[in-house]
Amino acid sequence: MDWTALRVSLWLGAGTIAILLPLGVWFGRLLAVHQFRGKVLVEALVTVPLVLPPTVLGFYLLVLFGARSPLGQAFQSLVGQSLPFSFQGLLVASAIANIPFVVQPIQRGFEAIPSDVRDAAACCGLTPWQRFTRIEVPLAWPGILTAAILTFAHTLGEFGVVLMVGGNLPGETRTLSVAIYDRMQAFDDRSAGVMAATLLVIAVVTLMLTTTLSRRVGVRRG
Amino acid sequence: MLRRISALISAATLVAVTGAALSAQRAPTVAAAANLNFALTEIANQFKADQGKQIEVVFGASGTLTRQIQDGAPFELFLAADEEFPNQLTKAGLTRDAGVVYATGRLVIFAPNGSPLAVDERLNGLARLIKSGKAGRFAIANPDVAPYGKAAESVLKKRGLWDAIRPQLVLGDTIAQAAQFATTGNAIGGLVAYSLVLGPGFAERGKYAVIPEGDHQPLRQRMVLMKRAGTTATQFYTYLQGNTAKAILRKHGYGVPK
Repeated sequence: MDWTALRVSLWLGAGTIAILLPLGVWFGRLLAVHQFRGKVLVEALVTVPLVLPPTVLGFYLLVLFGARSPLGQAFQSLVGQSLPFSFQGLLVASAIANIPFVVQPIQRGFEAIPSDVRDAAACCGLTPWQRFTRIEVPLAWPGILTAAILTFAHTLGEFGVVLMVGGNLPGETRTLSVAIYDRMQAFDDRSAGVMAATLLVIAVVTLMLTTTLSRRVGVRRG
Repeated sequence: MLRRISALISAATLVAVTGAALSAQRAPTVAAAANLNFALTEIANQFKADQGKQIEVVFGASGTLTRQIQDGAPFELFLAADEEFPNQLTKAGLTRDAGVVYATGRLVIFAPNGSPLAVDERLNGLARLIKSGKAGRFAIANPDVAPYGKAAESVLKKRGLWDAIRPQLVLGDTIAQAAQFATTGNAIGGLVAYSLVLGPGFAERGKYAVIPEGDHQPLRQRMVLMKRAGTTATQFYTYLQGNTAKAILRKHGYGVPK
């Protein structure tokens, strides 16, 4: 069992949630509440990572931010580290890949709130921020929770883009899913088996947790 | 909610900082061709025992690793399976110098237990099986990124089997993956690195025959130090040219420079 790889995976999952969840709540609500021209295009763009092969994302990240591109060189001299083959680079890739997993459930969550509830809250004299935190977020909570858990689970399972952008560096970009591949290639089937089982258990537990939690949230409200 | 958001933001900062800290204290990373899997692991352990210094080795196809280095991967030393890929890096100005040849690799034809393939150094058994139309999948490494795959291609061409076997080929990303296809019974066999079939547990998985060296371009394996290499990586580079490392390489089926 590669504990370092497990730690990298867990940090990557947590980091992706930390970056995406606030953005997802803002943007998901925006899409749910507002009608604007070009909304169909925006929604399509948000969903694109869901249907795009991870290699496409990997290709663009490497071409745009690789050591041979002007943008990559500028980033390197500014931050002192390259984006590809670093944990930060994985975080960026993972954040982009997970956009649909965050925005969609949250958008559905906010869409489920009838507009008269929002109006009633406004009539009661609540400020927009109070309406948001006291009425909308609690009502949309199952969607937000689903978004967080899906993102976490999906990040743990991400493979192609991690290998392409991260390159299998121990302690930095070797996640559990890449470590399984690495161990297989090293003919170490036992370690690969242990790690595969670990990921399987994490995945099942995460999904059970989603179902249970969202049900409990629903019951408490009802 | 505000508190929650600020908690999330500080979590994000923490992640970024930890990431930076992780990379700052890491042992130097060495990129190595997959055929070195067993040999280099042993040498790295011996290096640690002798000099008390740790290096991390990442294995991959020479072509893949070259591409990664060009794109900015933080490797300090690169042990390739050929000379072409390290020379590319030298031309690109990424290496300290042109490096040295540290080993010469050999290719074997391997057939797992229960396979209909009879192995011999001239590939007569493979030719017979193809003629009878009973040849199943045959594993080699991807010739585009793995020098051992390229060598396998020239061996098959030399024996006039390339066109016939092509539809049956399964390509491993690395020679290690090709060996995996060849040894786990998912293929009738394959052309893989001698150093891998000499590894632990391979002897009982099947039989092999070593391909004559003249049947393909010699697999002269060159290593290069990157410009970014630190003291430990440089010491390891020297260690690899010493007698201890050479003895280990020889034990794993490589030819070593005198």
